[in-house]
Amino acid sequence: MQIGAVGKAGGEQATGFPVRAGDRSVIFFFLLPAFALFFIFLAFPIIKSVYYSFFDWAGFGPAVDVVWLDNFKRILTDQVFIKAVVNCLILIVLALLVQLPFSLALAMLVGRSLRGRAVFRTIFFMPYVLSEVITAAIWLILLNPMPARGFINAVITLIPGADPVLWLADPSLVMISIFVVLTWKYFGLHLLLYMAGLQSIPKEIEEAAVIDGANKRQLFFGIILPLLSSTIRTSVWLSVLGSLQQFALIWIMTRGGPVNSSEVMSTYMYRYSFVRFDLGYGSAVAIILLLISLTFSVAYLRLFPQRDHLSGL
Amino acid sequence: MQYFLLTLLALLLLIPIVILIFAALKTRGAALASPHALPIPLYWGNITKILGMDTFWAMMRNSLFVMVAATVAVVTVCALAAFVFARMKFRGNNLAFNILTIGLMFPINVAILPVFLVLRDMELTDSLWGVILVQTAFAMSGNIMILRGFFQSIPSELQDAAYIDGCNTFGFFWRVLLPLARPALGAVAALTMVASWNDVLVPLVVLNSDKLWTLPLGTMQFQGQYSGSDIALTAAFVGLSAIPAVLFYLIAERQIVSGLTAGAIKG
Repeated sequence: MQIGAVGKAGGEQATGFPVRAGDRSVIFFFLLPAFALFFIFLAFPIIKSVYYSFFDWAGFGPAVDVVWLDNFKRILTDQVFIKAVVNCLILIVLALLVQLPFSLALAMLVGRSLRGRAVFRTIFFMPYVLSEVITAAIWLILLNPMPARGFINAVITLIPGADPVLWLADPSLVMISIFVVLTWKYFGLHLLLYMAGLQSIPKEIEEAAVIDGANKRQLFFGIILPLLSSTIRTSVWLSVLGSLQQFALIWIMTRGGPVNSSEVMSTYMYRYSFVRFDLGYGSAVAIILLLISLTFSVAYLRLFPQRDHLSGL
Repeated sequence: MQYFLLTLLALLLLIPIVILIFAALKTRGAALASPHALPIPLYWGNITKILGMDTFWAMMRNSLFVMVAATVAVVTVCALAAFVFARMKFRGNNLAFNILTIGLMFPINVAILPVFLVLRDMELTDSLWGVILVQTAFAMSGNIMILRGFFQSIPSELQDAAYIDGCNTFGFFWRVLLPLARPALGAVAALTMVASWNDVLVPLVVLNSDKLWTLPLGTMQFQGQYSGSDIALTAAFVGLSAIPAVLFYLIAERQIVSGLTAGAIKG
């Protein structure tokens, strides 16, 4: 399950058995469904979009109005698209600097032998299994600007002199508000990964370090952090990929507004593709987003070439 | 101290859910007048109203159908492919594996427009099968990785023994490996079920007629339509649509957790 092997095929990874009589058909028929789905729903659509990205096309009838690279030029000079990229970067940076350390600290706090450990894990992970639609609906109620309606402003206005905060309507606050909601929903996943990672560090190693006189700081930075490195790689990977493709929650809560201040790459593509039906332009956006995802993935694997163990996300 | 902090955090985390439940159990007027008070007296009118809606149950059925079909498809397709990648030696094995797992780098949220264009040409839009196929295709790479890892960990002596006993490769897969892999298959199934049940983007793009809507799509629509006028009713709808996922999580927590942490630890 190493993603790290992508791009260097033909190594000695293939364990198992030399091919026996009749196995050729097993190989063929076992791989057929996966490859059929891969080509029909992944490879072919991407090729098609590359083609359409050279057209000005509203999506009906054949595409005839060829504009070559004009769509790409328009996208890359569009202030709103740049804003969307910056907002994605903001989400990534906040996640890496706030969400992941917080999850790790919490995992350390829960530790390995706390009574009720499983109960805390169940509660903290609960928001992760709620859909983005449900999460957005709940937080729209909580973040309502009117103190008489929104719980958070009701609490804030209990402080004498404090004004209600326009969480989602204030362009300078909206990304922070969205980040809080995303953290509520997703930190449980990272907590889960770190708890499992900590659990897998042999107790003896920590005990030996303590006997050798390591203080808490040394124990954490010298022992725990290095041994968690592959968990951290997975967690960072999931977090960045998740931030890059954030869609439903933001779309439901703000539609990318107010005035594009919470636009992210996926909402930008959705707007041009499915609201304005500018499918040539939308295709070009899709290609750019795919290139960004691919660049990140390849760069990440080059920078951290060790075997990466990924979960099903 | 440890307990104090953790409990405090757990309570904070649960506030949004509790507020939702409170709101769902009030009359429209009470939800407006005192939204943050305890729901006394309890009012079940919103709940019964939602449960009496045919559309709610139709959406529930659609979601259930998509979830079951996608899960069966993902488990089948991924188990077959992972078996070849884990246990068969042939030229191009790694290349084939790497090609399939590239899918992980193209999340569906980013690829949705290209996928939509192809679906439209195949006349699979406005069909639950379109949703199922797309969900299956984009769930493959991660799950093939999970299953391949698990299949590789099964000792090769078992395969020797099966061959000596006269099993062919398919027999080994079907009668020896799959039964042994039940925990891993369970993990993959549980993850797929959650992902499919919660997915909103694919149904949003693929489905038009409201008869075919899945629950997240309906929730989104209901929320947009009623949250301004009737918070209590909206909360009831949102709360009821969350119950299946929460119940499922409490039942299958072990499988979900083991699926998500599979291999995330050892490096």
